[in-house]
Amino acid sequence: MDLLWDGARQALLLLLHGDREVIAITLRSLAVSAAATLLSLAFGVPLGMALALARFPGRGLLLALVNTGMGMPPVVVGLVIALLLWRSGPLGALGLLYTPMAMVLAQAVLAFPLVAGLTAGAVQSLPPRLRLQILALGASRLQMLWLLAREARLLLLAALIAAFGAAISEVGASLQVGGNIKGETRVLTTAIVLETGKGNFELAMALALILLLLVFTVTVLFTALQQRARRA
Amino acid sequence: MSARLSLRDVTVRRGGRLVLDVPVLDLAAGEVLAVLGPNGAGKSTLLQVMALLERPVTGTVAVDGVRVRGPVLALRRRMAMVLQEPLLLDGSVRDNVALGLRLRGVPRGERQRRADRWLERLGIAHLAARPAHTLSGGEAQRAALARALALEPDVLLLDEPFSGLDAPARARLIADLAALLRETGQTAVLVTHDRDEALRLGDRVAVLIGGRLRQLGPTAEVFSHPADPEVAAFVGMETVVPGRVEETNEGLARVRVGSVLVEAAAAPVDGAVLLCLRPEDVVLAPPAAAEGPSSARNRLVGRVTAVTPAGALERVELDCGFPLVALITRHSAEELDVRPGVQLLATFKASAAHLIPARPAPPATNAAG
Repeated sequence: MDLLWDGARQALLLLLHGDREVIAITLRSLAVSAAATLLSLAFGVPLGMALALARFPGRGLLLALVNTGMGMPPVVVGLVIALLLWRSGPLGALGLLYTPMAMVLAQAVLAFPLVAGLTAGAVQSLPPRLRLQILALGASRLQMLWLLAREARLLLLAALIAAFGAAISEVGASLQVGGNIKGETRVLTTAIVLETGKGNFELAMALALILLLLVFTVTVLFTALQQRARRA
Repeated sequence: MSARLSLRDVTVRRGGRLVLDVPVLDLAAGEVLAVLGPNGAGKSTLLQVMALLERPVTGTVAVDGVRVRGPVLALRRRMAMVLQEPLLLDGSVRDNVALGLRLRGVPRGERQRRADRWLERLGIAHLAARPAHTLSGGEAQRAALARALALEPDVLLLDEPFSGLDAPARARLIADLAALLRETGQTAVLVTHDRDEALRLGDRVAVLIGGRLRQLGPTAEVFSHPADPEVAAFVGMETVVPGRVEETNEGLARVRVGSVLVEAAAAPVDGAVLLCLRPEDVVLAPPAAAEGPSSARNRLVGRVTAVTPAGALERVELDCGFPLVALITRHSAEELDVRPGVQLLATFKASAAHLIPARPAPPATNAAG
C-alpha cells in the first residue's frame, strides 16, 4: 500500500516540478499514439464503410480477418513489423526501425482492425434503406458516404476512443520496433516496463499514474465530443 | 409530346431470377400512376429503375424522350423519392426538409424558405424546430413528403408511403396528398398494394404481378375490366368462376356457369370465359324478394356457406350453383339473419359481371390516358 502512495506522491512531484524527461516521454507518447490513431482512422474508416456497404467477392473473409485482427497479439504485430523494417527486410532501406515512426506504424496496425470493424458495425447498424433514401434525395456517392458517417458518428467516435486506447496502452510492439531508446523512442508504457524491471517501483508507479491520467483526459475529451454529437 | 419518363423492354434480374419485366411504360407529365401489386411483385424495383437507382439488365429508360446513359446524378436530381419508412436524419425537422436542397447546393436562405413553405403546406410548420427523431409516425412521414416536395421534382416517386401509418393518420395524409397532387399537377408514381390508395390517387393503374406488368390503363377501366384472373382477384373481384358464353344478343351475353345462366354485358369474347364479380356489386335479399320488381338481370337463390367480418362490413359466401361472394353491412346481415345454411336471393346487374377470356392474357399494352 505504501508503494502506491509513494508512487502517487512521486508522480505528483514529477509533474509539479516539470521533470523534463517525464514531460518529454509523455508528449512523445501522446504524439506517437495520436499519429497512429489518425493513420488507423485514415485506412480503417474507408475499409469499414466498404465492408458495410459494398458487396464483393471475399467480403465475408475480409470481415472475418478484420474481426480477428481486433484481438491480434501486439507482440506478433511487433515481430512482423520489426522483420519488415529490419535492415535486411523488405522495408529496411527506409531506416525506420527504432524510430518513433516505426512505433506509429506498429500502433496503427494494431488499432486499424478495431477502427475498420467498429466502423463496419456502426454503418451496418443504420436502417438498411437509409442509403437508398439518401441517394434518392439526389446525393452523390461522396455525399451519401458523408451523411451515413454523420448518422453513425456516435459509434464512429467510440471507434476513435477504442483506437486511441489501444494505441497508447500498447507496449510489446513499441518495445520491439522502438527499442525504448532514451530521448528518442521511450514512451510511457516502455518506460514503465523498464523502471519496473529495474525495481524502481515508485517511478514506474508515477509513470503509470501519468499514463492513466493521460488516457482519462483524452477519453473524457472524446466522450464530451461524442455526447455533444448526440445532442446535435 | 414525349413522356416524362419512358421504359422500354426493361428487365431486372437478381440472382438469375427475373424480378421485373416491363415491355412498355410511359409516364405522362402531370399524371399520377399507381403501381399496384402484391408483396414481392417487383414494385419497389420498378420504382428504383424509374429513380435511376437501379440499372436494368436489358431495355432502356428515357427522361423527356432522351435515353438515359452515362452519369445519372443530374437526372436523379430531377426526381425525389419517399419510402415506406420516413428515414429522417439527425437534426431538426427543417434541416431534414432542406436536406435535398442542401445536397444540390441551394443557398441556405433559399433552402430555408422553401423548406418552410412545404412544411406549411404539409401542415407541420409548427414542428420545424423540433428534433426529427421526436416526431410521431404520421408527422415524420409528412416531413418526408415535405422533404421530397421541397425539391419540386419532375417526378415524385412514392414507395408505399402510407403503409406504416395507423388508420386515422393514413386517411388524413392520403386526403392531403391527393389535394396537393391535384393543386400542383405534380407528376407522380405511387407504389402500393392497397387498392383504395390506387383508386384514390391514381389517374392510371399499372398492375404488376410476379415482376410482370399485367395491365396498364385508366384506373376505372383496370378496376372494372381486369385483363386476367390474377388481376381481377387483385383489384377486388372476389368471384372469379369459369363459364361458357352460350349466346350474345343485343349487348348481352348469356353465360352458363355450372348449372346456372348468368347475363353479362357483352364483351368481345365468346366460348370459355371467366365470370368476374365484385362483392360490393352483389345485393342480398330474402328469397321471397325474387317475386318483386328489380332492375338487376341476375337473380339467383343460394345458400350461405360462410360469413366473416371484413372491416365494417360482413363478407358472405354463397353457393348459387357456383361460389359467389357478397359484401353487406352489419345492419343488413342482422336484418337478413345471415348465417351458414340460410337461403338468400343474390342479385347483380349484367353490367357488374365482367367476362375475361379463359386463356392466357395478351401482353400488357400502354393504354396511355
